[in-house]
Amino acid sequence: MAKPRLALYWAASCGGCEIAVLDVQEKILDIANAFDIVFWPVAMDFKYDDVRRMDDKSIDICLFNGAIRNSENNEIAELLRKKSKVLVAFGSCSMEGGIPGLANLTTKDDILKFVYKDSPSTVSTNGGTYPQTHTKMPEGEIEIPEMWDTVKSLDQVVDVEYYIPGCPPQPEQIWNVVSYILSGQPLPPSGAILGAGEKSCCDECTRTKSEKKLKQFYRPFEIQAKPDECLLEQGIVCMGPATRDGCGALCPKAGMPCRGCYGPPPNVSDQGAKMISALSSVIDAHEADEIDRILNQIADPIGTFYRFSLAHSLLRRVDKHETH
Amino acid sequence: MVTIKIDNHEVQVPEDTPILKAAEKAGVWIPTLCYSDLVEPYGVCRLCIVEVVRGKRSRVVTSCNYPVREGISVLTNSPKIQWLRKSIMELMLSRWPNVKVVKDLAKQLGVEKPSFISLERDEAEDACVLCGKCVQVCKDLVKAEALGFAHRGIKREVVLPFGVNSERCVVCGACVKECPTGHVKMVIEDYRGKKPEFTLGPKTAIYVPSLQAVPRVPVIDTESCIHFETGGCETCAKVCEPNAINYDMKDEVQEIEVGQILVATGYDVFDATHMAQYGYGRLDNVYSSLEFEMLLNSTGPTGGKVQMKNGKEPRSVGIIHCIGSRDANHHPYCSRVCCMYALKFAHLVHDRTKAAIYQFYIDMRAFGKGYEEFYSRLLDEGITMIRGKAAEVAEGYWTDNNERTLLIRCEDTLIGKFREIPVDMLVLCNAIEARHDSDQVRKLFSISKSPDGFFLERHPKLDPTSTTTDGVYIAGCAQGPKDIPDTVAQAGSAAARILSLISKGEVEIDPVRAMVQEEFCSGCRICNNLCPYGAIEYLEEKKISHVNEALCKGCGTCVAACPSSAMTGYGFTDAQILAELDGILI
Amino acid sequence: MAFEPKIVGFLCNWCSYTGADLAGVSRIKSAPNMRIIRTMCSGRVDPAFILKAFQLGADGVVVMGCHLGDCHYQEGNYKTIRRIPFLKKLIEQFGIDPRRLRLEWVSASEGDRFAEVVNEFTQEMRTLGPLKLPVHELMGKNGERAKHAVHE
Ligand code: SF4
Ligand code: SF4
Ligand code: SF4
Ligand code: SF4
Ligand code: SF4
Ligand code: FES
Ligand code: FES
Repeated sequence: MAKPRLALYWAASCGGCEIAVLDVQEKILDIANAFDIVFWPVAMDFKYDDVRRMDDKSIDICLFNGAIRNSENNEIAELLRKKSKVLVAFGSCSMEGGIPGLANLTTKDDILKFVYKDSPSTVSTNGGTYPQTHTKMPEGEIEIPEMWDTVKSLDQVVDVEYYIPGCPPQPEQIWNVVSYILSGQPLPPSGAILGAGEKSCCDECTRTKSEKKLKQFYRPFEIQAKPDECLLEQGIVCMGPATRDGCGALCPKAGMPCRGCYGPPPNVSDQGAKMISALSSVIDAHEADEIDRILNQIADPIGTFYRFSLAHSLLRRVDKHETH
Repeated sequence: MVTIKIDNHEVQVPEDTPILKAAEKAGVWIPTLCYSDLVEPYGVCRLCIVEVVRGKRSRVVTSCNYPVREGISVLTNSPKIQWLRKSIMELMLSRWPNVKVVKDLAKQLGVEKPSFISLERDEAEDACVLCGKCVQVCKDLVKAEALGFAHRGIKREVVLPFGVNSERCVVCGACVKECPTGHVKMVIEDYRGKKPEFTLGPKTAIYVPSLQAVPRVPVIDTESCIHFETGGCETCAKVCEPNAINYDMKDEVQEIEVGQILVATGYDVFDATHMAQYGYGRLDNVYSSLEFEMLLNSTGPTGGKVQMKNGKEPRSVGIIHCIGSRDANHHPYCSRVCCMYALKFAHLVHDRTKAAIYQFYIDMRAFGKGYEEFYSRLLDEGITMIRGKAAEVAEGYWTDNNERTLLIRCEDTLIGKFREIPVDMLVLCNAIEARHDSDQVRKLFSISKSPDGFFLERHPKLDPTSTTTDGVYIAGCAQGPKDIPDTVAQAGSAAARILSLISKGEVEIDPVRAMVQEEFCSGCRICNNLCPYGAIEYLEEKKISHVNEALCKGCGTCVAACPSSAMTGYGFTDAQILAELDGILI
Repeated sequence: MAFEPKIVGFLCNWCSYTGADLAGVSRIKSAPNMRIIRTMCSGRVDPAFILKAFQLGADGVVVMGCHLGDCHYQEGNYKTIRRIPFLKKLIEQFGIDPRRLRLEWVSASEGDRFAEVVNEFTQEMRTLGPLKLPVHELMGKNGERAKHAVHE
């Protein structure tokens, strides 16, 4: 029997997901043996045209990491969708926009303006030079992809079969998924989230939990957290309760609050809204002024509660136009 | 039992009975002055002397404290006794010639004039005769020991310790009552900050709360009762033949399990001192409606007589409606009962006095069956109705006799004139307001109240007796001001509702409940202290939370709070509400 | 046609919903713009519902509950007084005028107040104009939907 054909692609992402794949260590050889790797630009030399020439649905599994940030990401997403039987949104960026999705806090114009004109390290003569999608050169016209105003998740542009959350997905979880597929067992229903649990991060977190009453929030550097107690109870905003488990609660185990990279737990439609609801429920204040004082300690709600999920949240992006 | 002979009478009495008592039984009179039933005989006035004869021997003794013995005979009026008594009486009369008891006793004993003149002669009518009753009663009965004797012989006198008002005195007045000459007097001050609830007259420490009380038995006001202050007195126990007085009874907390509750906690009366312009608590003869009701009551302090503090009948009486009601500064609502009781007051005052009666009203609300007719009747009785709220009450004088009166200043809106009306007595129709503790009661039963503070019915028209808490009903003024017929109707309806459930035997409860989906709960414990009913428990072994469905009332607070949506419920689920949203926002 | 805002009202069962009912029973007129969702307590209102309402095109959202201290469940609305201000800060950051989200206490006996709140809020939304969010366009265009979680 022919080996299943595997493709991996890297869209708008930091590359951590690719490293995570390699972090399965010696098992990468098993993967290489078990699969016929037909496309993996970061590791081997493939051209987009190679993919274009493949038959539709000829890729058995495509692990797609990275968000959709520009026209190229979008084009390849559509291409790989066409060529793959199973398209997997791999990692937070692809699943819900991830860190690149925080660009939805602002606009393309503002970003370009800052980077190419206003940033202190930019010397701009003639009002700044902006990247152009089309540039005429002596050799001919050069076309580069167009950056989008709004960062999207993979499933916002094409249909996706499965998701593997994490920033990056944990190597053990990657291996779990791969070995499951290799075992030949029936694949889960479309839309499933693989390589993660059903509960929230707190389930895997070994810190002791008790009833919560918060009077004060701290940023991690402002306080020496007690080693065994739930961080949230100590006033550090830990997204653990509103984050799917699966990572093994890496961050809280290392003394840092969970940032929410595994995305919302099942049944939760909006990670940030849920966390806000939970947090305000356990704030120990009854007077408007006191409540306000405590809430003001959280400087950047979107950055705190939607660090990875903004592009995939209910509102998806910030609106820069509504007047105040 | 011993049998003795007193003069010519034989009596049988228990051993140790004082001769005085035995004589009483035999119907023989012996004069006494310092003797009192309430205390141990002191034997100081010596007026009660008798001759005790046993065989050949005879002795003179004080009969009030000499116990009978078998075989004695007593002579109360032998020549020897007559002579001695006369001498004692003469000594007394010469020392206290103007004291009434002394004069009366002397007359009874045939002493006209003392045959000598005392150097200690005290001409006062209320001179102290040194009988010691006050000291004894204070010591033996009241057990306060606030009074005592000082000095000896002719200098002997009754004093307060160090001559100053004693902290030990409990102001019971027993000494005043016992003093045969009126030497001890009670000066009523605001004693130790205690003020009677209604300043209409004194009340005993043991009393029947009201004539309508059920059961109609007396209660002891332990704050005023001497026994609870000093351990003494116990007079009521001494006089109570069925032995019903029990000082050891304690308040008890009883837990009674019930399935349904009718909350009929009543109302408070608006405190008219908040409206200083009407002088309540500051000017004499200004009464609150309830005080006036007491005054009119035939069992009240004046036996139902309408009289002023000085005991005179008022020439005119004013009744001001809406004190604290229909007033933006106090209660915006109408108290509903005042117009009608104000008319009743007017009618009774009209009946019992010749006083002119003025009613100051904003609107006359005679809304019930027969009420308007009563109002017309009152108009025929000649009561003056002034439409307009009285502005203030000041002090004034009648020009004919310079006696003090009250002046009501008001605008009569019917004639468009400012008026000043003198009244001797003023009755304020205080608003009915929610009880001061209605908030605690409300929380206890988890029911709501309307902004006016009264408990809130489930529906103002369709369900005026039940509340939003199943099994809790409300009736009477706890729900809002109302008169007796309305209260009875509402209470009857509530009782019927309660009975119908009892006869049905089971109740339906709302199925809305929260529930933890165990497979999704991470045990983060965010929800743990959110439930006001303590329905959420943390299962230590399973490391997840759990909802006790019997305690949960289904508010959904925990459902909204659960960050992993492990908490869900029967009814009002996320999916249902989101679907609703989808539906209404198409 | 003049702009008529779509308003979503989350009303707690015991006070505000009853208050709305009273407004109706008492024939008090109020703007027809509010579409009501009943919850048992204002404490049940998940911030996600509110964001969802904005996502689906609501121009304003009012949460109504019992006056503080009057919650049928004793303390439910104390959770609400922390959630709504928190959410206001969030939507402000999202670029939504925080005036578009309101928390009001309406007791069961305040039919008039209910009508007043509705009228006043509707008027305010009329002045603010329609809420246009990028998400409306993003979702509308390709008919695209997010696939996982409860979005289905
Ligand atoms: S530290 Fe974070 S992940 Fe761990 S129990 Fe607390 S909230 Fe949950
Ligand atoms: S603890 Fe949270 S932020 Fe850290 S890896 Fe796990 S899911 Fe991601
Ligand atoms: S004050 Fe009165 S009671 Fe006391 S000793 Fe004098 S007379 Fe007797
Ligand atoms: S808040 Fe949710 S996940 Fe956390 S303990 Fe409660 S039910 Fe479990
Ligand atoms: S729904 Fe309300 S009553 Fe029920 S468990 Fe949750 S917080 Fe308690
Ligand atoms: S009565 Fe006996 S001594 Fe006075
Ligand atoms: S029941 Fe109305 S706010 Fe809780």
